[in-house]
Amino acid sequence: MDSVLWIAHTEASGELGRSALEALTTALRLAGPSEQLVAGVFGPGAGRAVAQVGRCGARRWLVADDPQLEQPRYAADVAAVTALVRASEARLVVAPGTSRLHRALPGAAQRCGGRIDTRVTGAALAADGVQIERWFYRQRLVARLSRAHRPWFLLLAPGADAPWSGPAEPPAAIERVPVEVASRTRVVGTEAPASSAQTIRPEADLLLVAGAGWTKKQADGQTHVREAEALILDFLAKTQASLGSSKSLVDQGSEGTPVLSFLSHLHQVGQTGSTPRHPRGLATCCHGEEPHVVGWRFIKERRAINLDPNCGWAQGKADVVYVADAFEVLARLNELLGPTG
Amino acid sequence: MAGGYQIVVCGTLVPDPLQTLEPVMGTQGPGLKNETMLPAVLDPWAAHALYEAAALARQHPGSSVWLVSVGPRARLQQLMMSVAQKVPFQLVACDGSASGFTDAMEVAGVLAEAIGRIQGLDRERLLLFGGCASASRDAGATLQIVGEQLGITEQFMAVDELLVQPTGELRLKERIEGGQYLVSVCAGPPVVVGWATGNLPEPPNNPQVGMLNMRGILPALQQARAVQVGVGSAVYASVSIPEQRRATRVVRDLSPAAIAAELAAWIRS
Repeated sequence: MDSVLWIAHTEASGELGRSALEALTTALRLAGPSEQLVAGVFGPGAGRAVAQVGRCGARRWLVADDPQLEQPRYAADVAAVTALVRASEARLVVAPGTSRLHRALPGAAQRCGGRIDTRVTGAALAADGVQIERWFYRQRLVARLSRAHRPWFLLLAPGADAPWSGPAEPPAAIERVPVEVASRTRVVGTEAPASSAQTIRPEADLLLVAGAGWTKKQADGQTHVREAEALILDFLAKTQASLGSSKSLVDQGSEGTPVLSFLSHLHQVGQTGSTPRHPRGLATCCHGEEPHVVGWRFIKERRAINLDPNCGWAQGKADVVYVADAFEVLARLNELLGPTG
Repeated sequence: MAGGYQIVVCGTLVPDPLQTLEPVMGTQGPGLKNETMLPAVLDPWAAHALYEAAALARQHPGSSVWLVSVGPRARLQQLMMSVAQKVPFQLVACDGSASGFTDAMEVAGVLAEAIGRIQGLDRERLLLFGGCASASRDAGATLQIVGEQLGITEQFMAVDELLVQPTGELRLKERIEGGQYLVSVCAGPPVVVGWATGNLPEPPNNPQVGMLNMRGILPALQQARAVQVGVGSAVYASVSIPEQRRATRVVRDLSPAAIAAELAAWIRS
């Protein structure tokens, strides 16, 4: 049985995030019943944050809470992770796929002489050891694999497991791990749209995808981009859905064609965009071509509105395809959804 | 920066995203059926990195751009016919597998060695670019490992913007959770920058740039060293195409109002 190190970092709130708790569930499963789990948390307030999972059954608690770890910087984070891995002497390292750890964990694997697999969507103990599931070619092929090499670093995709839950209680003993931080980088801050203008909501139940059709000429021979914007924003405000887009629509903006003003590359879903994990997705004015649909791999219920009954969505990629004008449907839908909350 | 930047872009070919992929299991591990016959494109994220590199080089006289690629020589040559027409660069080619199933650590080792052998490369002016992931392995790990092997500890991933400040500092915007950017300022090179999509459109083909590039690319392809990159320590139990076909209900005869009512009920359920 491999000794397992669960690594996580504190969020800006000083607490552990959902993905960290998901990774803990996986780490506990891989550690097996012999209590081979070591918990390692870094970031400001890590000493307090471990109380959140103090009853998870870890046999050691390692904490790196150097004030310099407050800012998410590669040089500092990779030093912290490396220090935690070395202090734990673990053979298997399980971490959540946050942007911070996705940046730092590969470097730590290199420093520790390990091997790394990222975007792991499942991990289990098989007869011959740990076996993981991950996707290749942007969610087009799925593989199950194992490794003999140790240490083995696993970076879990969000939603790979249910988040660990249990009563909060400070661990009996915490070991502080010193970290040597030397960085030429300083974090200036974060940039995000005002909360009222934020249209990317990872925790939303529904994903609305706006395709290039919104900016095309409509039945009257004219484009109605401003009207499309109003309909989409109204829908998002009423449902608190997250907004996604296809590459073709986002690219139109780069090429100077008028597009929906609130769209950026951050909204892009698919081959060269994100792979969100919402329970439901509604595609509008989007043709459902394969490079876009690979980004829908983890969307469970899928519906689409399209004027073309033979669009990609109708080829077994959506559960329901409504052959209709999305302008008309969304206008009616917004009326039914009532006033903006 | 005085003398300009030395920008090394890591990236290679991936199957055209419109192609159907079918896995096959070989003695050396998994691969794709008819892999050598599949039409290929430059990995989209690496392509963004290349375009950003060229734009930065244009703004800073004296800068150079190299594209370091690991892939089958013949397929790289085919790929260069289109990529070479986009922006000026020098090619460093390694003749090996471009499979998505190769191990990130093995590929990183080959890339780091190839970069280390670039004549006259000044590490103090080095910007190591690449995609923040690839459309094949999609590990998002290779670039960090190359950086570590080259001793570069200032690294940025999922970058959409790099601005050179009047002081020479680099201001970078990295994508983080929730549609936000993390904004950082780095003192200067050497840095590793894993690009997301950036903000630049794909440059139009320029035959003159293509002809100029090909003068260096063809000898580089001829001199490409054969390298061994494989699955490393990974043992693949299975590789398959996921079951993805749904029993789609195509609704043709409902009015917009009826569709809206059905959708509203679905959203509220």
